Amino acid sequence: MRRLKVARNIWLGIENLLLHKLRTFLTMLGVVFGVGSVVAMLSVGEGASKEALQQIDKIGIRNIIISSIKSVEEESQSTTRSYMSIYGLTYDDRLRIEETFSHVLQAVPVKLIRKSARLAERNLELRVVGTTPSWFELLKREMVAGRELLEIDSKNRSGIVVLTEFGARRLLATENTIGQRVRVGGSYYEIVGIVKSEGGMAGNIQMPDEQIDAYIPIEAAKERYGDITTRYTSGSRERELVELHQMIVEVDHMDNVESVAKGIEVMLKRFHKKVDYRISVPLALLRQAEATKRTFNVVLGSIACISLLVGGIGIMNIMLASVTERTREIGIRRAIGAKRRQITGQFLVETVVLSTAGGLIGIGLGLLIPWMITIFAGMPTVVTIKSVILSVGISISIGIVFGLYPAVRAANVDPIIALRHE
Amino acid sequence: MGVNEQSGTNGDLLIELEDVYKIYQMGQEQVKALAGVSVSFAAGSFWAIIGPSGSGKSTMLNILGCLDRVTSGRYTLENNDVSMMNDDAVSELRLRHLGFIFQSFNLIPQLTVQRNIELPLYYLGWDAEESAARAVELARRVGLEERLGHRPMELSGGQMQRVAIARALANDPRILLADEPTGNLDSATGQQILELLRELNEQGKTIIMVTHESDIARLANKRLHMRDGLIETVEED
Ligand SMILES: Nc1ncnc2c1ncn2[C@@H]1O[C@H](COP(=O)(O)OP(=O)(O)OP(=O)(O)O)[C@@H](O)[C@H]1O
Ligand SMILES: [Mg+2]
Repeated sequence: MRRLKVARNIWLGIENLLLHKLRTFLTMLGVVFGVGSVVAMLSVGEGASKEALQQIDKIGIRNIIISSIKSVEEESQSTTRSYMSIYGLTYDDRLRIEETFSHVLQAVPVKLIRKSARLAERNLELRVVGTTPSWFELLKREMVAGRELLEIDSKNRSGIVVLTEFGARRLLATENTIGQRVRVGGSYYEIVGIVKSEGGMAGNIQMPDEQIDAYIPIEAAKERYGDITTRYTSGSRERELVELHQMIVEVDHMDNVESVAKGIEVMLKRFHKKVDYRISVPLALLRQAEATKRTFNVVLGSIACISLLVGGIGIMNIMLASVTERTREIGIRRAIGAKRRQITGQFLVETVVLSTAGGLIGIGLGLLIPWMITIFAGMPTVVTIKSVILSVGISISIGIVFGLYPAVRAANVDPIIALRHE
Repeated sequence: MGVNEQSGTNGDLLIELEDVYKIYQMGQEQVKALAGVSVSFAAGSFWAIIGPSGSGKSTMLNILGCLDRVTSGRYTLENNDVSMMNDDAVSELRLRHLGFIFQSFNLIPQLTVQRNIELPLYYLGWDAEESAARAVELARRVGLEERLGHRPMELSGGQMQRVAIARALANDPRILLADEPTGNLDSATGQQILELLRELNEQGKTIIMVTHESDIARLANKRLHMRDGLIETVEED
């Protein structure tokens, strides 16, 4: 019964608004654009953080990547003949990290050696990645064929390799090639699997894997290639001793990632004379995206607020005019016995219906704009249910806030004067 | 206390004004639209308030109709002391006990005849079907059942006034208040409206009608003559 009455009042409001279709439509426009821009704005921010999340997902949100880098001093000295540069992460670093931090589940070691590979008639420069089976746990990559590295491979220091999909294609390796032997540098490896790889950058973080990777057990890498690499470039010989080129540290929970990263930094600073390492925290990308989203929301949010304010004032203006225009009607209703609050209610319902209708059209617009942004500007956008609900809330509030004054004014019209009003 | 000796005997006391003033402050000057009026209107009568322009007829009717407030004095309507009531309570009185008929009809132009008649029922909280049935019944009573779907603009003056009467009857009030109900109508049409009012009075409605034409006032069975905000005489058939 009560609900029926509300529905009836809303319907009466709609009927009244439909008497002046053009005016109603024009009055709604402010809210239409305001709400449209709110929805669009939120969708762009949401899209940006979703994209960041997807990128981070490829590295692992609970992972910290530590890479060895050649310090600048080292770089300048390495031109000297027969000098051997020693830098980067050590086996001890790894043990220390695993033992010191209770929030660290594991630190996966990575050795990187560039070697050329040959399979049948095809050659390819590879990046040999010596690592443990855990690497495949931390970076979730889809297997195309065969299997990943296993514990048993590590134990046996097996001469087996997992190629990337890209590398396999370049070497003309297929599913049927599994079990065949590929020559990498001077050694032979049995191909046991083919895995998808990412490569490139995620934000400002280098992906831990590359298209041309070939994964072998780290024990095999140590045994076959040692820690010293020698490179011959334009007559000079460069020798480097690097124990570990990379470490992927898995933290138990997202919330501990940043504190662990800080701790690792302090620890490495203590044990390394030079800064020959770099710590990358994928989670920072998310924080960055969130910061961007916030800035974006504040800037565009204020613009949206202004247009909503303008829209609201427009509605108020028209409603005030409508109250004046309908003074006589108000007088008649009051004479018949309508209470002040019923007159207030009548006008308020009309304003809220008006602003809500504007809001609904605005949501339509707010779905259209992100769609066009994605098509024409290539920016990712996501319209969430939350932003739609928020917009409906905003429109209803605008109706109430800006409708209240005209409605109260309507209710305070003196019936006698109103009845004489022409 | 003056002029209320006619009341008491015929019918129960419905409406009573005691020493009522209505004073408008116009800058320095005071306009006494009502200058100390005491009168009782007994139930069941057909009253005419008559007097020259500016004598305070409309002011009196507005106070009787609870649309306006007295400056001083006491107004009692069906045992309610209106001068002491708040706006909501006074609105409720209008809604339940009074029906208005105006010179300029005062129909809401964007509503159909039916919706106009249903208006008091809407505020009384009737549901749509009951209201519609009542509107049809009332339209039939004033001879306008064919016009329920029309808008006021599509009707003649006499028809509009009939709609207004139907609307005034919707809440089944004991009292009908009419301010020059025939003022905007030609005399033949006006006569029909007056006839209708007379019928309603015969069916038991108390009617108080303002007019400045003595011909029209003669149709009523009680006449209250006003001048300069005061009651001159009260005539009775
Ligand atoms: N709102 C007001 N402000 C100031 N003076 C008013 C107001 N309303 C009425 N008056 C004055 O009160 C007096 C009585 O007015 P009222 O309208 O009651 O007269 P009336 O008898 O109905 O006249 P008419 O026959 O012309 O309608 C008049 O002098 C009028 O000028
Ligand atoms: Mg008058």
